[in-house]
Amino acid sequence: MGEFLNFQVIADNFVYFMIGRFPHGPLGGLGLTIYLAVVSCILSFFGGLILGILSIVKNPVIRYPVVLFINTVRGMPLLMVIFWMYFLMPALMGKTVPESRTVIAGLTLFTSAYMSQIVRAGIEGIPKGQTEAGISTGLKHWQVMLYIVLPQGLRNMIPSFVNQFVSLIKDTSLAFIVGVSELTHVATQINNRTMAYPTEIFIFIAFVYFVLCYAFTSLSRWLERRLAWRKAI
Amino acid sequence: MIRFTGVHKWFKDLHVLNDINLHVAKGEVVVVCGPSGSGKSTLIRTVNQLEPINQGQLVVDGMDLSDPKTDINKLRAEIGFVFQQFNLYPHLSVMKNITLAPVKIRGTAQKEATEQAMALLERVGLAHKHDAYPSQLSGGQQQRVAIARALAMRPKIMLFDEPTSALDPEMIGEVLAVMKDLAQSGMTMVVVTHEMGFAREVSHRITFMDHGVILEEAQPEEFFKNPRHDRAKQFLKQLLSPMH
Repeated sequence: MGEFLNFQVIADNFVYFMIGRFPHGPLGGLGLTIYLAVVSCILSFFGGLILGILSIVKNPVIRYPVVLFINTVRGMPLLMVIFWMYFLMPALMGKTVPESRTVIAGLTLFTSAYMSQIVRAGIEGIPKGQTEAGISTGLKHWQVMLYIVLPQGLRNMIPSFVNQFVSLIKDTSLAFIVGVSELTHVATQINNRTMAYPTEIFIFIAFVYFVLCYAFTSLSRWLERRLAWRKAI
Repeated sequence: MIRFTGVHKWFKDLHVLNDINLHVAKGEVVVVCGPSGSGKSTLIRTVNQLEPINQGQLVVDGMDLSDPKTDINKLRAEIGFVFQQFNLYPHLSVMKNITLAPVKIRGTAQKEATEQAMALLERVGLAHKHDAYPSQLSGGQQQRVAIARALAMRPKIMLFDEPTSALDPEMIGEVLAVMKDLAQSGMTMVVVTHEMGFAREVSHRITFMDHGVILEEAQPEEFFKNPRHDRAKQFLKQLLSPMH
């Protein structure tokens, strides 16, 4: 590496990059990035599922507000949603809320709105004959959804889910803006302290983000194969 | 068992069912035939309200379908429906396809439902396929599983919507044999089909439709020998000797 790229700065701060001040202080760095991503991912999976189903129910009293909400959130930059949560949540709840939680709320809200459209498309992509077969045996609509449509639809949704979650992993870097010490925030801290190695530091965190996203993509491909059933004619 | 009285249905401007009056008694096998677009599929789909009617009265198994108090899910559980495209659930095994509704709706224990499903699979000649997935079966086998799935709810009425139209010619016989067996067991059946051999041999009555109207209702022998209506004559001529 010599004079041009000196990765010693990475080795010297490796533990700080990975877990921040943990266990002597709060979790930070890559650990916090993963935490934010995993929690937001799980919450927005269910959020997207619920919003997606509600956005196609027949009853307009339920459907219209849900669709309005989805379109509003989809029409805003994520950064703005994070700011909103950061300032709104403590005001609404009347007490201080940890920054990381406001970020999770923002990411969840935003990703759920996008996920809902994947869910909607996945449900609508299942042939009508499947629903008709279900209701003609006497199953109620929610049973048809639960046992027939969703199991088939969710499998078709996996690739789109993965796209969304890979975006989510990268979007956790926006937590930087409200001072949550995830990977990007930690990187800028180290950069400010050491001054001389911005190239090395940002090549390194780019690489870490890449590995994280790639691992997740591979995991989902494995999941897809496992859930595969032979397609009907 | 099924009684249509002055039933009308429109798809926007299209009058798909025009003053339908039809009665199907318990144990009767009625074949509905007619050219495509004549409304015969719509007719059969109104019986379990896959298609709602717009006007008139339709009473099925003593329940009035236009009465908002009628529990439509309960009624559907009493009516088996077999589709042209089979519509088996591709993500479930043959066994699960059959046991899903009895377990979820009738509350049958899984073990008991499985035993009943095996008996039904034996009846349609597919007991050895209970572990297979729909895509591993031929069209004829899929349709026989679909019939077993409908029978698993122990329905009082079985409806067939062109059950052999999507099948290769060599598979039609195996499905018709199952249907014939079912007819002989006393099941009330309404069958939309172009299989005139089945109609002649198995049905008690043939209903001929065109443009949403029932043009003719007759005993099979009479229908084939002396169709009264010109449209029916033409239809039969085309169906029985398509080369002319």
